[in-house]
Amino acid sequence: MDLNYTQEQIAFRKEVRQWLADNVPAKPLQSFDTTEGFAQHREWEKTLAKGNWGMVTWPKEYGGRGCNLIEWLIFEEEYYRAQAPLRVNQNGIFLLGPTLMEYGTPEQKARFISKMASGEEMWAQGWSEPGAGSDLAAIRSKAIRDGDEYVINGQKVWSTRAVFADWVFCIFRTDPASEKHHGLSFIFVPLDAPGVTVRPIPQLNGLPGFAEIFFDDVRVPVFNRLGEEGQGWHIAMSTAGFERGLMLRSPARFQETAKRLVALYREHANDILDLSIEDAVVKCFMDAEAYALSTYQTASRLMNGGKIGAESSVNKIFWSELDQKMHETALSILANRAELLPEASAAGDVGQWLDGFLFAQSGPIYAGTNEIQRNIIAERMLGMPRK
Amino acid sequence: MDFTFSEDQLLFCDNVKKFLHNEVTADSIRASWETDTGRSEQLWQQLVELGLTAMLVPEQFGGLGMNELDFVLLAQTCGEVALPEPLVETALVATPLLAALAGQDSRCANLLEKIAAGERKVAVGHAANHLVSDAHIADYLLLPSGNQIHLVSKDDVKLTAQPSVDPSRRLFSVDWKVSEETCITNGVEGVGLLAATLNRGALGAAAQLLGLAEAMVSMTVKYTADRHQFGKPIGSYQALKHHMANCAVKTEFAKPVLYRAAYTVSQRPLHADFAVSHAKVSAGEAALLAAKNSIQSHGAMGYTWECDLHIWMKRAWALDKFWGHAGFHKNRLHQWLMNPNAKIGADKTFGEQVA
Repeated sequence: MDLNYTQEQIAFRKEVRQWLADNVPAKPLQSFDTTEGFAQHREWEKTLAKGNWGMVTWPKEYGGRGCNLIEWLIFEEEYYRAQAPLRVNQNGIFLLGPTLMEYGTPEQKARFISKMASGEEMWAQGWSEPGAGSDLAAIRSKAIRDGDEYVINGQKVWSTRAVFADWVFCIFRTDPASEKHHGLSFIFVPLDAPGVTVRPIPQLNGLPGFAEIFFDDVRVPVFNRLGEEGQGWHIAMSTAGFERGLMLRSPARFQETAKRLVALYREHANDILDLSIEDAVVKCFMDAEAYALSTYQTASRLMNGGKIGAESSVNKIFWSELDQKMHETALSILANRAELLPEASAAGDVGQWLDGFLFAQSGPIYAGTNEIQRNIIAERMLGMPRK
Repeated sequence: MDFTFSEDQLLFCDNVKKFLHNEVTADSIRASWETDTGRSEQLWQQLVELGLTAMLVPEQFGGLGMNELDFVLLAQTCGEVALPEPLVETALVATPLLAALAGQDSRCANLLEKIAAGERKVAVGHAANHLVSDAHIADYLLLPSGNQIHLVSKDDVKLTAQPSVDPSRRLFSVDWKVSEETCITNGVEGVGLLAATLNRGALGAAAQLLGLAEAMVSMTVKYTADRHQFGKPIGSYQALKHHMANCAVKTEFAKPVLYRAAYTVSQRPLHADFAVSHAKVSAGEAALLAAKNSIQSHGAMGYTWECDLHIWMKRAWALDKFWGHAGFHKNRLHQWLMNPNAKIGADKTFGEQVA
């Protein structure tokens, strides 16, 4: 164990810090759930890609830097420290990207990865259906083979950013006689294909962050299938591992929120009547630290040849509940200004806490609800009986 | 940057773990309650032979010259088996204190060699703990008085047993007279050593608390797989699964915090307060939750003397308050965090390391 950065790692941090200082837009971008905001974020992705900072852990041939996980953590720490824009293509780069590298053919990698990294093609995720939420294996949308094509019919829902994205990666039933997690395949669909209808669903903040997607005899080439026919569930679970595991929510994001929370508390310390707030602030800070330490531990283990397992479920519960707690605490400090939208003239310096609070409500729900994660921990990590 | 234990550290811990799991069982612990001292001299000598009392003793005094990070996994294992013997207090808390003074004080040097060899035992008092544990089997006691630490022979103290809810714990109030002859350190040095002793004590308690938490979860998982109601194992019900999953989340996230604390105590001892307090609070919460959810999952059986759960549960309740209760450690965290100059933020997890 050596909890000091190497000279190379320190130099890398400086390089990242400098590049971000030179390139992060001075004015915060608009929400990526608006047309203008989405375009601004796409531009930012292109800027990142030009500097080869889009996905530092990816191989150089795909526009990455071949960084190891410790360097990735350093990059993320600097990224959030610099208050750089959120990653609009996160479903693509953090989830599909690693999955493609593991299961894609050389031709698929050549076709999809670079355009994803460059910000040219934005990705949405199409897994849930009206009848398949926590019970994801209840998927009914079908992709039926017809020569070199699949013909797709059905409906997906809760597709994040599908309103503005270019592509969606889905799981469809390719064997109509199959049940549960058998007979599913992992297939990419361009959102401008004939027969695709995208209907926006406004989220809590009123913006169309979600969409439902209808497929009506949509034809895609067999080339768009990742892995073997029928292997969809297996591939999806490895994607879900990335989602809940290491990549999607790097600790830096929560550490910076915790830092802002401490600052907010210090600023308002004299007006706070609720004694439990002080304890909550300290607890939030400690938990953000714990999440960082845990991620460093996992990263080190993976670099020494270990594998990520059921701890991805432990992670997901921890960061999503921490995010909720931090924002709840911030709103408690802001007291009766907490409900005000930033444009309210009486809002003063309430900042982004309300927006973050609304978003934090989704954490325990998406990427597999925390109730499902608790079942996974109990059954797969602790060995409790399924039935 | 590498946040893993070395192969050697893991292998050593594995070997001791096997030994302890064989030798220390619920039955052997219950048997120890019926003895006068509650302690087994035979087991202690086996621990000595494994080199465990000598681990943090410098090589020049007959020890292995290892550090707190090398010991932390063992301390966790001591919690896992609910070891009654004061191995953590001896090896992790007492010997580094004696080692710090051994260069200037031959009494400390001699005692250190004898502890490593299993010929003498020592108990440690501290202002954070009102009572001294295992004072009854100690040949010498390390006792605080203001900024001073005294090394006092068992012949010069009067012990009064103070029974604990945990029948394995043996606590004593100590009557003794401060004298110049027994003083081994004072002033600034004394303050520093008392502070470092507290941090090692809290680190050892935190490690044991995590071991206790994991042991309680694993015995509860087993119990709920065996116990049937409504025609199914009760462990198949989601309510109980979630009780156990909540324990696992707490424990998993307390571990890296504990290991960072052990690393900091061994490498940057003067900057370890925050890391240690974080570890003690997190481990305490994990162990208390494990106790609460375990007894609930055991039902009425968990409320009996006969069920082994209470051996672990009571130790957790006790150690959570030992070497600084949650209030003490949360206060240290609060003081640290609310200092306007506190170095916090995503780039400072391991302190300020940017040139």
